[in-house]
Amino acid sequence: MKYIDEYRDPALVQGLLAKIRKSADRINRPVTIMEICGSHTYAIGRFGIRKMLPENIKLVSGPGCPVCVTSARDVDIALYLACQKDIIFATFGDMLRVPGSSGDSLQKKRAAGADVRIVAAANECIDLAQAFPQNEVIMMGIGFETTTPTIAATVENCRQKGITNFSVFSVHKIVPPAIHALINDPGLNIDGFLCPGHVSTMIGSNAYNMIPAAGCAAVITGFEPVDIMEGIWMILEQIANKKYEVAIQYSRGVKPEGNVRAMELINTIFKTETVEWRGIGPIPASGLIFREAYASYDTQTKFAVPEMESAELEGCGCGDILRGIKSPEQCFLFKKVCTPMNPIGPCMVSSEGTCSTYYKYY
Amino acid sequence: MCIGFPGKIISIDEDNYAQIDISGTKREVCLDIVDEPVIIGDYVISHAGYAIHKIDEALAKEKLDFLQELIDNEVY
Ligand code: SF4
Repeated sequence: MKYIDEYRDPALVQGLLAKIRKSADRINRPVTIMEICGSHTYAIGRFGIRKMLPENIKLVSGPGCPVCVTSARDVDIALYLACQKDIIFATFGDMLRVPGSSGDSLQKKRAAGADVRIVAAANECIDLAQAFPQNEVIMMGIGFETTTPTIAATVENCRQKGITNFSVFSVHKIVPPAIHALINDPGLNIDGFLCPGHVSTMIGSNAYNMIPAAGCAAVITGFEPVDIMEGIWMILEQIANKKYEVAIQYSRGVKPEGNVRAMELINTIFKTETVEWRGIGPIPASGLIFREAYASYDTQTKFAVPEMESAELEGCGCGDILRGIKSPEQCFLFKKVCTPMNPIGPCMVSSEGTCSTYYKYY
Repeated sequence: MCIGFPGKIISIDEDNYAQIDISGTKREVCLDIVDEPVIIGDYVISHAGYAIHKIDEALAKEKLDFLQELIDNEVY
């Protein structure tokens, strides 16, 4: 398998582990590294990386699962929209079982008769909208900068084709403002960030300049074991040398300038806005809403959504887990009441959620 | 959501969709937002039905060679 097997080579992993040990000895104090991206959390769990590391190197998981950081209110709005007349509600699969304030989910609404459909790609909505001209197709627009361009491209495609029975409920979020919030969080003390691979494919490396400016290490890292081990080693070297920068480990996937074409498309259709992140709260300029010129594709402009009383789920510690303050074992529901078969919070629902990864691999 | 394995482009149609081969599995991806022009034979990283990045093969090989060398030359 080209570009996969080479990055799983055990000899390379062992070699990098030796390098990590050396750097960790040189630093000779506890170091906390946060992986932002849910796919990193998953890969670190799957390949058993946390256990391989020297004692003074601690990896904590951050808010990098888009489903997990979606606020209870946004889930409630999705549930409301899915139940309206003549609506086809399209969503990526991992949103299906996320519970809203009442404990209901899109899956439960579907069982009760709502037309909820799973799509693997946003552009499947184009076919749906054309096949059902009497219906409105609403796409749940969720995800970070990796996913948003795929939805923006679908919107643009619909505009060109003159399709009008399609809109997006945008809860898209952008990553750098969240990192900024974490750096400034007094409850956290992070020495370095493993920055997400594919978000960075889009936004490039300059977007993270505030990390070294705050005296923390930053390495854009890929998803295979060799990538992650090298990423950790590069972070430790920055800390050992007290020279901080945004380094790119994942050079086969990321150019310093990012994917300019995709970012332009996002900026043509969306603009930033303060939005609520589950567990973190409102973060300035961290969400994407439609620009006026594209308002006819904005579900929230097309449909009046009533005010709702939303509440985070009682007893669920997802909030602290998303900030890296707690690990799943510290939630008293973990594994006892809350399991992937019976998830209480979003971190257990999504395969990339921290609780679900810990359930599987620890 | 983000694990996008690299795939090799085996065909491109007139609607700007490509067939890609990810170690034996065939997928269709849209080329509307890929960062550079691509042709048949190129490797791309895809996400949610869209190709997002063309892999620079020379760069990828250089990186592996570098890592190997780094480790080979180290005495543990
Ligand atoms: S284990 Fe379940 S209840 Fe506890 S924080 Fe995770 S998702 Fe929430």
